[in-house]
Amino acid sequence: MYSRKVMEHFASPHNVGEIPDADGVGKVGNPVCGDVMFVYIKVKDGRLEDVRFKTFGCVSAIATSSMVTDLAKGKTLAEAERITRDDVADALEGLPPIKMHCSNLAADALHAAIEDYKKKRKGSAG
Amino acid sequence: MRAYLDNAATTRVAPEVIERMGIFFSTAYANASSLHAQGMEAKRALDEARAAIAAMINASPEEIIFTGGGSESNNLALKGVAFLQKEKRHIITSAIEHPSILGTCAFLEKQGFSVTYLPVGREGFVSAGDVESAITDQTALVSIMHANNEIGTIQDLDRIGKACAAKGVPFHTDAVQSFTKAPIDVTRMGLSLVSLASHKIHGPKGVGALYVRKGMRLQKQIHGGHQENDRRAGTENLPGIAGFAHAASLQTPEHITKMAELRDYTITEIERRIPDVIVNGSRARRLCNNVNVIFKYIEGEALLFTLSQKGIAISTGSACSSRSLRPSHVLRAIGLPHEVAHGSCRVSISRYTTKQEIDYFLDTVTAVVAQLREVSPFTKMGKYEAYTDDDHTHEGHPAA
Ligand SMILES: Cc1ncc(COP(=O)(O)O)c(C=O)c1O
Repeated sequence: MYSRKVMEHFASPHNVGEIPDADGVGKVGNPVCGDVMFVYIKVKDGRLEDVRFKTFGCVSAIATSSMVTDLAKGKTLAEAERITRDDVADALEGLPPIKMHCSNLAADALHAAIEDYKKKRKGSAG
Repeated sequence: MRAYLDNAATTRVAPEVIERMGIFFSTAYANASSLHAQGMEAKRALDEARAAIAAMINASPEEIIFTGGGSESNNLALKGVAFLQKEKRHIITSAIEHPSILGTCAFLEKQGFSVTYLPVGREGFVSAGDVESAITDQTALVSIMHANNEIGTIQDLDRIGKACAAKGVPFHTDAVQSFTKAPIDVTRMGLSLVSLASHKIHGPKGVGALYVRKGMRLQKQIHGGHQENDRRAGTENLPGIAGFAHAASLQTPEHITKMAELRDYTITEIERRIPDVIVNGSRARRLCNNVNVIFKYIEGEALLFTLSQKGIAISTGSACSSRSLRPSHVLRAIGLPHEVAHGSCRVSISRYTTKQEIDYFLDTVTAVVAQLREVSPFTKMGKYEAYTDDDHTHEGHPAA
C-alpha cells in the first residue's frame, strides 16, 4: 500500500521536535480528522536554517511531515514557498490516492510557518 | 517473532478441522441431494453437522439453515422477515451493530422501512428498557448483537429477549463473535433468529448458519433448488459445513478460561506499563478474547503499521485505516470524540495464542507507543488541542 520511501520516513522520521525559539510556527489539520501537523522554522539570512515538526496522524501524515522538512531545510523562503503537496508526494515515490488529500498537509504547514514568520517580522518592524 | 492478534477478524483453521474437511473433498464429495448411496452418505454428514450446531444453542436441527457466512445470515434474517411484512414496517437495532446489519438496515430504509438505532452507554450496553419503549405496534423485528466485534461487550440477551417476548416481537441476534465463547440458549433468551459464522471459531471461511425458530416465516433470498428446507437454494457446501460443525465442537471451557486469563493479563499489563490509556468496553461482561484500548495522543493506523513491521497483527478503529475515512461507529457510539477514537487498538486472541506472543506484543507496543508519542504534538500538551481548520475538513467526513 505504501511506497518503500514512505515507510522509511515513517519508521525513522527526520527532524522531529519543536524549536523553542522558533521564528515561525505553522499549524495545519484537525484532530477530528486524525491529522494535525505543527511545523517550526528558524530563519537566517533569508534561508530556512532549521525546520522541525510534530505530527499527530497516520503513516502518510508522519512521512510527509518528515519529507517536507528535508525538502525545505537550507532553502530560501521563496524556494520553500514553492514546495507543493505534489512535490512532497513525488519525493516519497507517491502516496495512495485516498491519502493525497487528507494526509498530505505538510507543505501547507510549512507555508503557514513561513506566513507566521513574515507576519511576526512585519509586526516587529512596524 | 510473529504474533497474530487479530482473531476477531478471522482465525486459523484448526488442524483437526482441515483433516475432517478433507474427506468431503476427496471421498465423500457426493451431492447431499442425490439419491444414490454416496449422496445419502453426504446427507447423513450434513444432518450430523446440523444436529451438532443446533444442540449448541438449544435448538432443533430443522431450525438451522446453513449459509455462506455471517453477513449472509444477517441479510437473510433481516430481509427475510422484512420482505414478508405488509403492515409492520419498523425495525429496531443498535448503533454498534456489524456493517452487515447496519448496511441491510440502511437498504431497508430505502425500501420504506423505518429503523430505530438504539444508543449504547459508555461500556457499549443496549438497555432492555430502551428496547421495550422503542417497540410499537408497527415493529416487525428487534435485532441486537450478542457480543460486539470491536469492544467485546456481551449484551444481556435474557433481558432484551424478555422485553421482546412481552410485546410479541421476534428477536434476532448476531452471535458471530460470541458463538462457542459465551453461552447462547435460544429458548432462555427468547430468540427467533440467530446468526453464526464458522471462520471466527477456527473453521473455514464462507460458511455460517441462521437459526430460525419453528413456525417463523422467512422470505427466501436465494431461489433455486429446495435445499435447506426450501429456504436457501444451492448445493450444500458440505466440506465447509462439516468443518464448521467440527470446529464448534472443539472449543472447550478450558480454552475459554485460558483466553480470558490472557485477555486480563494483556489489559492489566497495558495499564501498568503505558500511561494515558483508556480501556473500551465492559470489564465484567466481555468476550473472552477481546482487548480494546485507546492510546491517547497517537493515531491507530500509524500504530498498526509499526506493529505490523515487527510481525504483530492487530486492528484499529482509526479513520485512516478505513476506506471511508471515518473512525469506528462503535467507538463513536460509546461516546469517544473523533480524535480519541483514532487511537484505538484491538487485540483479539485465540486458543492458540501464547503468553510469549502476548509478552512480545506488550514489550513492542510499549516502545512503539512511546516512539509515536515522541512525534505527536499532543503528548506534551496533555490534550488534543481544540482547534479546527475548516479548509481541511475531509470530503465526506461527518461534521465534527
Ligand atoms: C459481529 C459480526 N457479524 C457479522 C460478521 C460477518 O461475518 P462474515 O465475515 O462471515 O460474513 C462479522 C465478521 O466479519 C462479525 O464480527
